[in-house]
Amino acid sequence: MLEIVIRIALLCCSLAMLGLIYRVIKGPTVPDRVIALDAIGVNLVAVTALICIVLKSSAFLEIILLIGILAFIGTVAFAKYLEKGVIIERDNHR
Amino acid sequence: MKKTNNIILETSLKALLFFIVLYSVYIFTAGHYYPGGGFIGGLMTAGAIVLLLITYDIKTVQRILPVNYRIITAIGLLLAIGTSASSLLFHVPFLTHRFTHVELPVLGEISLHTATLFDLGVYFVVVGVTMTIIQTIGEDE
Repeated sequence: MLEIVIRIALLCCSLAMLGLIYRVIKGPTVPDRVIALDAIGVNLVAVTALICIVLKSSAFLEIILLIGILAFIGTVAFAKYLEKGVIIERDNHR
Repeated sequence: MKKTNNIILETSLKALLFFIVLYSVYIFTAGHYYPGGGFIGGLMTAGAIVLLLITYDIKTVQRILPVNYRIITAIGLLLAIGTSASSLLFHVPFLTHRFTHVELPVLGEISLHTATLFDLGVYFVVVGVTMTIIQTIGEDE
């Protein structure tokens, strides 16, 4: 029973990722693509957790936190680039 | 460049940075028995410093963390080669590692391994090289 539920959940996650990939390719503006990439990262977290259950292993649980942190850093860097034009400022004149 | 106020990012950084650094230290120390090790731990620490660099700027981060990352790289290489070469003092081949079980007052019985010191060298080299690359590109005009 659990196997079937996990397979269905994996299918739903991959369908959601397909929709997000469509938005990455088609997205009219750059912020659309950045948001879609961030959501793909979140979906990847879900897929990793489900694969962990399928393989009956806890070896990938660190990866979940890792993907979350990396998606956050990447999204913040992209957002700063879109807003200010630079990612790392030399001196922001305080 | 217009003046902007990114207070949400700065406040969430203050809550998040401790978790990222703690996670990197965990993944470094767990590397002997679980997935992880010096390389990914060093990359996560560098990621925390990169998040600090994105939120503030290079001068502020240099004031918070007054370290020269090239010296960090040199210290890491010295640790790695010192751990490997110290096995020559005991008449065993280069890079031979030893471990022993030690009874510590608070932590109980733990196994201390010289490969941890080698891994600490890898950690320092990864942090130093990554931060040198990112800062050199960031300072570029």
